[in-house]
Amino acid sequence: MSGATTEAVRLQGASLSFGRRVLWHDLDLTIKPGEFFAVLGPNGSGKTSFLRVLLGLQPLSHGTAEINGRGLERGSRDIGYIPQQKTFAPETPLRARDLVGLGLDGHRWGIRLNARKHRRRVDELLEMVGAEGYAEAPVGQLSGGEQQRLRAAQALASDPKVLLCDEPLLSLDLHHQQAVSAMINRQCHEKNSAVVFVTHEINPIIDYVDRVLYLAGGQFRVGTPEEVMTTEVLSRMYNSHVEVIHNQGRIIVVGLPDATTHQHGEGE
Amino acid sequence: MDLSELLNAVFNFSDYAELLPLVRNSLIAGAILGLVGGLIGVFVMMRDLAFAVHGIAELSFAGAAFALLIGANVVFGSLVGSVIAAVVLGVLGMRARDRNSITGVIMSFGLGLGILFLSLYEGRSANKFGLLTGQIVSVDTVQLNLLAAGSAVVVLGLLAIWRPLTFASADPDLAEARGVPVGALAIVFMFLLGLAVALSIQVVGALLVLSLVITPAAAALRVSSSPRVVVLLSVLFAVTATLGGILLALGGSLPISPYVTTISFLIYVVCRLAGARRQRRGRVGRRTEPAVKVSAG
Repeated sequence: MSGATTEAVRLQGASLSFGRRVLWHDLDLTIKPGEFFAVLGPNGSGKTSFLRVLLGLQPLSHGTAEINGRGLERGSRDIGYIPQQKTFAPETPLRARDLVGLGLDGHRWGIRLNARKHRRRVDELLEMVGAEGYAEAPVGQLSGGEQQRLRAAQALASDPKVLLCDEPLLSLDLHHQQAVSAMINRQCHEKNSAVVFVTHEINPIIDYVDRVLYLAGGQFRVGTPEEVMTTEVLSRMYNSHVEVIHNQGRIIVVGLPDATTHQHGEGE
Repeated sequence: MDLSELLNAVFNFSDYAELLPLVRNSLIAGAILGLVGGLIGVFVMMRDLAFAVHGIAELSFAGAAFALLIGANVVFGSLVGSVIAAVVLGVLGMRARDRNSITGVIMSFGLGLGILFLSLYEGRSANKFGLLTGQIVSVDTVQLNLLAAGSAVVVLGLLAIWRPLTFASADPDLAEARGVPVGALAIVFMFLLGLAVALSIQVVGALLVLSLVITPAAAALRVSSSPRVVVLLSVLFAVTATLGGILLALGGSLPISPYVTTISFLIYVVCRLAGARRQRRGRVGRRTEPAVKVSAG
């Protein structure tokens, strides 16, 4: 595989707009292997679209994007993806192990032939995320936190170079937030995967984050949390006074114009 | 009609040995269609398409009625009607909310067309009624071959797209991100569903097609969450209903569809009761002792 010199993610002059609405433009960005990169911003600022671009689901309006030195392609095995938590219908005919199994070979045609080898690999992944205890449980009966562990197992199945996470902690309790983010961080450091973590709440991952991309009002800033998450920078981006308080290793943003974007409250 | 006459009409096993060879074709057709209905039903449940199945069946009925009117092959007419309806639903109704309203629109139109064609038809009235309530007793060898070929297409088609279809049905967003062609699969699936519905109509008729395509799968889902077990049970239930229905109906003077739908319904009731017990017993598929390994870092 390509050496450590290859950037995990590279965007050059990247712009994304829908009609006349510009989400971001002229974005130059490189993310290194092993870097934990957070994407922050209010609702509608283009965080999820940023991920969709990297997933190859949303073409850029201008500019180029590469993952692991290659152009974007949908379904690339270099990418692992953890989507937002969603509930499964109670009668979905899948158990926890089947859901993880779909992450391994759900994109292949036909039916599964080598069941024994598949089962072994699924067991490994379940153990990796600590989900052995409910491997046979129907997915419709799992809690949000249990589901997100399985999502992580699914995403790690191909040992991806880049792990894309779309608000994976949303609607999880504190205990599961910590467990899931620690798991993602471990993949980042032990396997040297780049992590792109979209969230509207930085505090649950503040100990892991190397750099952030902050999107707001058609503008962006890239830098360490200390550089970007300041009263001056955010006030300029929102074009109104925003107070950023750093307290005991946590960051509290007060006075956002769109109050709904911080519904998850400080100190969670 | 007193009670014993009624019972005699519903269950009558005199001359059974002589009658049995006459329905050999029907039994083969019933087994094949049970297999098809049981298999595709699992995906119909996963994709929440029960109402769409009903809509497809009405258009299939219109197609068959038209074929009857112009003297063409009825099975072929029903195939054409249902495949058109299914593909239109697949293209227009990607989202469940749209799909339900579009299904309602198409369904009533189809039923109206069917009634029009049947009113214009001047042949035997038994033929008319058969389209709505089933007519498998009269399966000839040509029809059987057509049924077998159509069923083979559905079963092989399903096997070919089994894994990505499961992925796309359970979790479309993630499947799309993993490179699964979710939209194209939806169309292909609707095509196969259209075929399966048209074939099932030959047994139970347009009005009762849900008893073959939905009820067995719904029953299986009450008692298991293992994908393999659900599929096997669903097929087993559907085949039991069709074969059992044909065998019970043999001696009496009644159509087979009430037997098929009743068996199907009873299986569902039993599975529901068993499923309720299963849920009450506590959390399914979990180890009772707490997991020792906790991976919080």
